[in-house]
Amino acid sequence: MLEYRSAAFVLAAMLALAAPTSAEEQRAEVIHWWTSGGESAAVKVFADQFQAAGGTWVDTAIAGGANARTAAINRTVGGSPPSAMQLNTGKQFDDLVENDLLANVDAQAAAQNWKAILPPSFLEAVTRNGHEYAVPVNIHGQNWLFYSTAALAKAGVQPPTNWDDLFPTLDKLKAAGLIPLAFSGQQNWERNLFNNVLAGRGGRNLFVAFWGKRDVAMVKGPEFRNIAVTFKRLRDYVDPGSPGRNWNDATNLVIQGKAGMQFMGDWAKGEFTAAGQTPGKEYGCTVLSDHGIAYVMGGDVFVFPQLKDANQRKAQQLLARVLLEPDTQIKFAQKKGSIPVRLDVDTSTLDACARKASGWIHDANAQVPANEMLSPPALTGAIQDLISQYWNDPNMTTDGFIAKVANTMTQQF
Amino acid sequence: MRIGSRLSTHLALAPALLIALVAYCGAMGWTIWISFTNSRMLPSSVFVGLRQYTSLMANERWQVSVQNIAIFGALFIAMALVLGFVLAALIDQRVRAEGLLRSVFLYPFSMSFIVTGLAWRWLLDPTFGIEKLGHDLGLTWFRFDWLVRPERVIYTLVFAAVWHASGLVMAIMLAGLRGVDPEIWKAVRVDGIPPWRAYLFIVVPLMRGSFATAIILLAVSVARLYDLSVAMTNGGPGIASEVPAKFVMDHLFERGNVGLATAAATTMLITVAAVLAPLMYWQRRQPARRPV
Repeated sequence: MLEYRSAAFVLAAMLALAAPTSAEEQRAEVIHWWTSGGESAAVKVFADQFQAAGGTWVDTAIAGGANARTAAINRTVGGSPPSAMQLNTGKQFDDLVENDLLANVDAQAAAQNWKAILPPSFLEAVTRNGHEYAVPVNIHGQNWLFYSTAALAKAGVQPPTNWDDLFPTLDKLKAAGLIPLAFSGQQNWERNLFNNVLAGRGGRNLFVAFWGKRDVAMVKGPEFRNIAVTFKRLRDYVDPGSPGRNWNDATNLVIQGKAGMQFMGDWAKGEFTAAGQTPGKEYGCTVLSDHGIAYVMGGDVFVFPQLKDANQRKAQQLLARVLLEPDTQIKFAQKKGSIPVRLDVDTSTLDACARKASGWIHDANAQVPANEMLSPPALTGAIQDLISQYWNDPNMTTDGFIAKVANTMTQQF
Repeated sequence: MRIGSRLSTHLALAPALLIALVAYCGAMGWTIWISFTNSRMLPSSVFVGLRQYTSLMANERWQVSVQNIAIFGALFIAMALVLGFVLAALIDQRVRAEGLLRSVFLYPFSMSFIVTGLAWRWLLDPTFGIEKLGHDLGLTWFRFDWLVRPERVIYTLVFAAVWHASGLVMAIMLAGLRGVDPEIWKAVRVDGIPPWRAYLFIVVPLMRGSFATAIILLAVSVARLYDLSVAMTNGGPGIASEVPAKFVMDHLFERGNVGLATAAATTMLITVAAVLAPLMYWQRRQPARRPV
């Protein structure tokens, strides 16, 4: 028996070695930036499922989203594209589609009936000129409020439910000698905090009017002013060490109970899990909303550059199918801390926060498309500069901020 | 014979020349061309004239970056030169353990800007750096939080960069000092000139070449200042420590705004050329030591 097995192993090894020359091989090189512990465990789910379906997964992991995107795009433009590359759900592949560098996945979309199984905003985000150009793989909520149960107990407060509740809670945390708000003062997190206020106070329509429609009249109105004031008011509740801090260091302040709460995307759960904490026990998660739930949803997609080789094109089709299969979706979400992008899978095995979110994605009114889905990176970056200045510069007034935002929105990007 | 050897010299140099022409001049020309197009994430060939340049000049982050590099450049070059020269002059007094001291002072230069930036960031972080140390020692009034104050943060970059570069300047200056004719020192002693005056009015003018070399090296590291800002502050707080090279990199990659990034790169190129050209001319005009 043992001999038999080892013979089979040798045979398998020989086949594997011979594989590159096989005409039938479905080989796919995938560029992605999932390199941290939890992330690589999650991407391994994709690789395993793809191998199980008969493909050969060639892993090209590049640390850092911007680096991975740059490398993948350069290779695609330069004529030696990977089979698939990871991008964020949104406008990052507009230029690639315009320059006719991507293969569409219409066949998969039709076969799996994407219209029925994906949230509408996610289907819209992968569709250009009536064709589907990307496979969405997950949904990340970007506007969670994580809080330390121990810290709140020490301050004698209940978790807040809306933005008006928040400030008295923060005051009590401060009075208890804790850092009320753990914050990572880097530009993109300053923008993310701003987006938290924008979605929570303003609701879905206002969020879309800001990033999607660039509605200057709205920006100059009283509602937006209130949002800007609320955002700046949060500045009083962060500690002097916050500028430049990494987001996970801020999360650790909450984990250790030194800080009361943190606004962050659901990827922060990975840090809590790594510290042995579970949602609902040592920490809690909630989304603050003044107008019903407004859940800011982004995520990741894979796009498939146009390839010449017929076998590799087949491998792309296979990969596109595997990524969205229910089994793959749920296993991936368990590892990644995200939720499945499919509406029709059983989410009962996910953690408490993810189960909450799974309910919201069935409610069209609760879904707020993420910043990246609404605005091109150039505009996002220009507004981010302003948000960051407004947050950090004590001399920048709310009116000055509003005037600059309005001015930037009218520029060409 | 002579013609033959010249031909082979030229042949040997041809690959290097070709690389220089294609890689440097070609890329430069292409960058300049792209800056006149409406390129976003990918290069395009739609000509838009000076539009990228007008939006660049109106861009507040660019203005802050330019202002920062001016402050940084002036302070960094001046402080590194003074400190480097003083260190060299002190070591030149035939001190004991000269080799050890030289290595110690030169050591920071062996570190990358990323490591330098991180180390200084930790030192200057008010919650666990020097300020915390002061508080732990009971000096509760002690405040050293320049790293997180927008109006002061650029000076912290200067500190770190001076710490990094002054060892190199010291090495260059020391070589220059050792090149000073011993007869001059004898004459100085005979005439009873105080050492500080001898250094300032006799030795420094003699070391024009060393100064020009040091200034050019320092100026180049000013122009390409990027990694220190990324590691130490990532341009923050807000946009208070942004620098031009970081503007270019961010817009080229993360923000998918190649047109604006190349306009900024071209502006940098012109500025650098305008500053460095006279310096290099000055250095080449140095009287040669020996007739060739």
